Amino acid sequence: MPAKKVDQIATGILYTIAVIIVAILASLLCYILFRGLPHVSWSFLTSKSSSYQAGGGIGIQLYNSFFLLVVTLLISVPLSMGAGVYLSEYAKKGRLTNFVRTCIEILSSLPSVVVGLFGYLIFVVQFQYGFSIISGALALTVFNLPQMTRSVEDSLRNVHHTQREAGLALGISRWETVLHVVIPEALPSIVTGIVLASGRIFGEAAALIYTAGQSAPALDWGNWNPLSVTSPISIFRQAETLAVHIWKVNSEGTIPDATMVSAGSAAVLLVVILIFNLSARYIGKKLHQKLTSAA
Amino acid sequence: MTEYNWNERHIITFPQEKLALETKDLHVYYGQKEAIKGIDMQFEKNKITALIGPSGCGKSTFLRSLNRMNDTIDIAKVTGQILYEGIDVNADNINVYEMRKHIGMVFQRPNPFAKSIYKNITFAYERAGVKDKQVLDEIVETSLKQAALWDQVKDDLHKSAFTLSGGQQQRLCIARAIAVKPDILLMDEPASALDPIATMQLEETMFELKKDYSIIIVTHNMQQAARASDYTAFFYLGDLIEYDKTNTIFQNAKLQSTSDYVSGHFG
Repeated sequence: MPAKKVDQIATGILYTIAVIIVAILASLLCYILFRGLPHVSWSFLTSKSSSYQAGGGIGIQLYNSFFLLVVTLLISVPLSMGAGVYLSEYAKKGRLTNFVRTCIEILSSLPSVVVGLFGYLIFVVQFQYGFSIISGALALTVFNLPQMTRSVEDSLRNVHHTQREAGLALGISRWETVLHVVIPEALPSIVTGIVLASGRIFGEAAALIYTAGQSAPALDWGNWNPLSVTSPISIFRQAETLAVHIWKVNSEGTIPDATMVSAGSAAVLLVVILIFNLSARYIGKKLHQKLTSAA
Repeated sequence: MTEYNWNERHIITFPQEKLALETKDLHVYYGQKEAIKGIDMQFEKNKITALIGPSGCGKSTFLRSLNRMNDTIDIAKVTGQILYEGIDVNADNINVYEMRKHIGMVFQRPNPFAKSIYKNITFAYERAGVKDKQVLDEIVETSLKQAALWDQVKDDLHKSAFTLSGGQQQRLCIARAIAVKPDILLMDEPASALDPIATMQLEETMFELKKDYSIIIVTHNMQQAARASDYTAFFYLGDLIEYDKTNTIFQNAKLQSTSDYVSGHFG
């Protein structure tokens, strides 16, 4: 067969595969949005959920999802930055580094429900944090750390080694070179990685069912005492998130409008994650412009 | 194929007071491999010394060991002495970061930081805690003038360094290196990524720079070595074979291998 013909056939096959994948994803997306969005209203987004009657909202769950995300990022970003910088800039090739890397890879393939049960045994039971934001955040950190470390490490590795040499040749120490040359250059890609990870965290349910709990107690928006159970900024209160709420309503929901609530919640979840992913690109691009051009 | 006697050496030396840098019995090992096999070599102040030789002869390795850039390679080991102002800078107790402020380096490919032109030059000063804008402005202007880049960029100092052409980027890297006021400037094939015009301009810049700096340059380009340098050293398989005035090396080399190499008959 002539080379040109072969190429045409190969292109055709690849094209078809791509179209099939896009079609599946797009139809899934449209299905969730078309089913869910009609139920989404301002009161649905802000009012609290109900246990037995129809007409409950997802206000607290939505807030909990964001709050849990922030707490998780506060714990996991510094850790993964540290680990990523170490692996990319300091770790020497050798058995120990390989071992650490293997551990991270194994950790990243752990099913999230296993992470959830582990979190239940360690944080909820052993550390006696109970079902709480902090238990959930720690479980999500375990769930998220491997991928985030990997993404930080890759971002740093993508900075060309001549940049490091340039810093060192000026008499700048290795740490300062990492801090002021390598990290700034990798920052757009690090931030993109973090925002994408945020999407994963935001949509995670299995790791949270047994750690952050399955109920969303009412919040008192005037109470800023971080130790009070009704305070929105307390990390020791139970907090059902949006993703957990979807699971809960579907599996053991007692409300008559369960299908509507779960469809609406799913649509909201999807939209938020979409916003995360789109903003990841935008922020990365803007940050790159800002850092590389003017002061 | 001519057989050469690789045991022959012809290496010049200089009076002590004229020395910028000197190596004694310098060896570089990459793991088991001995890349540099014990080199004794002196460099004269305010001159341009070119290191030439076929690929893999160790000239870049040698150059990179002079300001201990090989420290960054885990498996590299450098033994012997590198004497700078009477101090062995290859000793363990040397503050390499301080030393590199005296022995600067320009690399094969232009590697400006992903920062503005201005910040590229002031970077080392800002890290050292210099904040006075007047001082920094002054440094930026003098270094860019010395590197013959000032006139082209003086209105765009706060634009990204990546907006410059390759030749301009390389001269920015030179400006960045001389901003910290080193004595010695090491250049590792600085023109290999540049077009002929940018290369010519770079050579003119080097000629100006040697008033203030001693320059050691690795080059693959015979014409460049012949045009731009005062002294030329021929390296082969990790050894320094012949080292003399550039005119002598190119017109009247003492050793057959050197004269065949510079005339393109081998290597």
